[in-house]
Order: sequence, then C-alpha cells, then structure tokens
Amino acid sequence: MNGWGDHLGTFAEGALNTVLLTVFSFAGAVTVAVVITAFRICPVRPLRAFGTAYVELFQNIPLAVWLVLFVFGLPAVGISFGLFTTAAAATALYMASYYAETLRAGVNAVGAGQTEAARALGLGFGQSLSAVVLPQALRAIVQPLGNVTIQLLMNTALAAAVGVVELTEAANRINLVLAEPLPVYVGAGVCYAVLALMISAGTALAERKLAIPR
Amino acid sequence: MTPALFDSPGPRARRRIRIATVVAVLAGLVLVALAVRQFAINGELAAARWAPYASWPMWRYLLGGLGGTALAAVLGVALAMLAGLALAFARVSRHLAVRAPARVYVEAIRVVPLLLLIYFAMFALPRYGMDLPLLWKLVLPIAVSRSAQFAEIFRSGFRSLEAGQGDAAAALGMRPHQAMRYVIFPQAIRRVVPALISQAAGVVKDTSLGIVVSYAELLESGKVLAGYNRLLIQTYLVIALLYFAINYALSRLARAIDARQRPAGPGPLSPPSPVRRGRGRSRSAAATSDAAPRPDRVKA
Repeated sequence: MNGWGDHLGTFAEGALNTVLLTVFSFAGAVTVAVVITAFRICPVRPLRAFGTAYVELFQNIPLAVWLVLFVFGLPAVGISFGLFTTAAAATALYMASYYAETLRAGVNAVGAGQTEAARALGLGFGQSLSAVVLPQALRAIVQPLGNVTIQLLMNTALAAAVGVVELTEAANRINLVLAEPLPVYVGAGVCYAVLALMISAGTALAERKLAIPR
Repeated sequence: MTPALFDSPGPRARRRIRIATVVAVLAGLVLVALAVRQFAINGELAAARWAPYASWPMWRYLLGGLGGTALAAVLGVALAMLAGLALAFARVSRHLAVRAPARVYVEAIRVVPLLLLIYFAMFALPRYGMDLPLLWKLVLPIAVSRSAQFAEIFRSGFRSLEAGQGDAAAALGMRPHQAMRYVIFPQAIRRVVPALISQAAGVVKDTSLGIVVSYAELLESGKVLAGYNRLLIQTYLVIALLYFAINYALSRLARAIDARQRPAGPGPLSPPSPVRRGRGRSRSAAATSDAAPRPDRVKA
C-alpha cells in the first residue's frame, strides 16, 4: 500500500480545482447578481421583468440540468469553451440568482429614510444605488452572503458530474484505485469542512469590520 | 415592494425611462435574435429535430422519468422530514448529551456536498456489505443531507414562538414535553410550512443527481433519451422546462401560503415606520420573518 503518496498529488489538484471553481464562480455570480438586483429595482419595466425572470429561471431548474445543458448542449449550437470554464460559468449563473435574492433582501433592509435622503441630495437612481443603498445593503447581508457562498462551495462538487476533476471527483478516482473508501471520502469531506470554515471565518471577520452599529 | 429608489418621475424622467425601456426591449430582441440565429446556423431549428417532442412515445418515456423523480422526491422529503424533526427535538432538549450530538451532526452535514455522500453510498457502503438498490443510493444521501436543513427549519419554528407560550404552558403545570406537544409544536409547524415546501422543491432539484447513480429519474431519462435520438439540446431543454414547471409551482405555493400567514397590515417588507425601527421592532413581524426565512436562502 504505497499508493497514498502518489495519490496525494491528485487529491491536492482536486482541492485546488475546487478552490478555483469556487473563486471564479463567486466572482462571476456576485457581478451578475449586482446587475440583476439593479435591474429588479430600477424604474425601467422590461429590465425589472428580466431580473425577475432570471432569478425564477435559474432557481427553479437544478444546477445539474444547467451543467448538462451548458457542457453538452451549448456545443450543439456552436458555442463551446473549455470544460472548466463552462462548469464555472454555469455555477456562477446559477448561484447569481441566489446572490441576487440575498442582495435584494439587503436593499429592502436599507431604511426608506436613507433613499429619501439620497434623493433629497439630488442623487439619481444610479448614484443613490451605488453611493448610499448598495454599500449599506452589502454590510447588512454579510452573514447570509457567507451562507450562500458555502452553498456555492458545496455546489462546485456537481462539476464532477460533468467530468471536472475537483475534490469530489479526485476522491472518487483515488478510491477506484486504492479501494479504501472510508479514509478517502472522509478525507474529502474534511477538506470541504475546512474550506467552509474558512469561508465562515472570513464572513465573521468581514462582519466585525463592516457591521453598522445601530 | 422595494422602498422607492427613485422619485415619482417628472416629465423629463418619464422621457428618459421611456427611452431606456425602448433600448432595453431592443437589446432583448437582439439577444433573442442572436440566440435564434445560433440555433438556426447549427441546424437545431429544423422541424424534424423538434417534431419528436410532439409525439406520444417521447413523452411517455419522459413521464416515466418524471415518475422516478416523484418517487425519489417523495421518499427523500418524507425521510428527511422525519429525521429533521427528530434532530430538532434533540436540539431543543434540556439534556446536553442529547443536544450536543444533534448539533454536531447538523453542523457537519451542512459542510459536506450531497454528491460526496452519493459517491459514498455508491462506492463505500457496498464495501461494508451495504449494496443498496439504485433508488436508495440516491434517496438515502438526499435524506441525510436535507435532514440538517429540515432540522434547522423546525428549530427556527420552535424559536420563533414568543417565550410567553412556553411560560404559559409551564404556568398551567405542563411538563416541558407536554408544552412542546400541545402548545409549541402545533403553532411552530404552521409557521414553517412555506419553508418546508421550498425544501421539498430543493429535494426535487437534488433528485436530478440520479444522473450520477443511473437511477431512472427525469434527468437520467433525458440523458438516455438524448443518447438514443441524438437530439441533445432539444431533449435537455424539454427536461429543463419540466423541472421549471414543477419547482415554480412549488415555490409559488410556498409564497402564497407565506403571504396568507403574514399578519394583515404592513408586512415586514414595506418600509418600516420610524417607531418600528431599531429596538422597538414589532415582535411578531420580526419573529415570523426569522422563522420562515426566504426559503431558498436555506439551501440551493
């Protein structure tokens, strides 16, 4: 049983891929979510409708279906990227709907007086959104954002279903060779737990720094 | 409704909004046109590639998959709910020896991906003499993973009740388990119904991982079908539409019940009046909104 040493490399590579998937999907999802949220609260009706449709569409179809559609379906209409990029994009677009919902809850939590004050200062929609409402909304929802991000981490495992060798798939492959399921899968589980703990530690730190004393 | 981020528009703003509306509609049309063009130049719009989905045999096959999804989802929800209820009771127990393990279980399961649990059921359990049937290789991990979510929902329901409820029960001479059974539980359960329905929608989404264990649910059926008829994108789009129909119906139901349960008058989403802001927030509104968190926040 000298196999363990050789397989640590696979394991580390899988873990790295999980981290990269999480980071890229997070960046993409948050960017899309900010735009969608802005759409959902702006005075232009078609944009509002688009924002709502986006959230409903992505939340009500399972991520596995989105992954299959993106990875196997898109090439059929002549659009194809690398496997990793496609998986990250599908995860990002899917999770963006959850970030957008959270963000909207945060916008709702910002007091009406704040937006009234912004308007009284003569700020327009874009200005009051970016300078007054969003900064406060973001601070109010640090905790839920952390939860959604942990969810995002859990969801990156689904990329294994379309063939990305991330942590879950790496564990699976190592087990196929070593046939030592208990330590391999538990090891992978512990890795996820550690990553999740890092996210919640980061969330707690951000919350302490950003919390608005009221 | 969102507190208005913009004034009721005057003539100039109305003109700007009209212009933005036209631009947005045009941009939308351009996007749709690009998508249609992309489908067309790759020959995916040919009637022959969609016609099979107007015929009965395809739908019979997909409905079979839908049946598989329904079976797995019903079993998954039932098991996860029972386990979640037991865990929630354990977590509000007076005895640390009962409370602590339940807490550890819930916290641990929440940071393990469902797919890892499924792989465990597929490849690890057989080695220890538990080779489950396909259906259970999917349902059991789902139940394990969702039980933690259900436990948190039930517990938040218990906690959302005003402390006076428990005190009153104690004053009537009820033992803690009697108070739970006759006073707290019946009230708490009604408050969390919307969140429970949203979790059920989540379980429906989870069952799509049947594609990994080759259990014949909707997505797996779609994969098999697409492998057979080579209508990749058409098949997966039809599958996506079916999932959307089911889950949209469930989430609308959850929202409708949620809206009915909220106390009449200004709901928690309307701009809070100065009196309610800060510490003096009306208790019932705050409690309900904590109890039934926007369901999807709990788990994707």
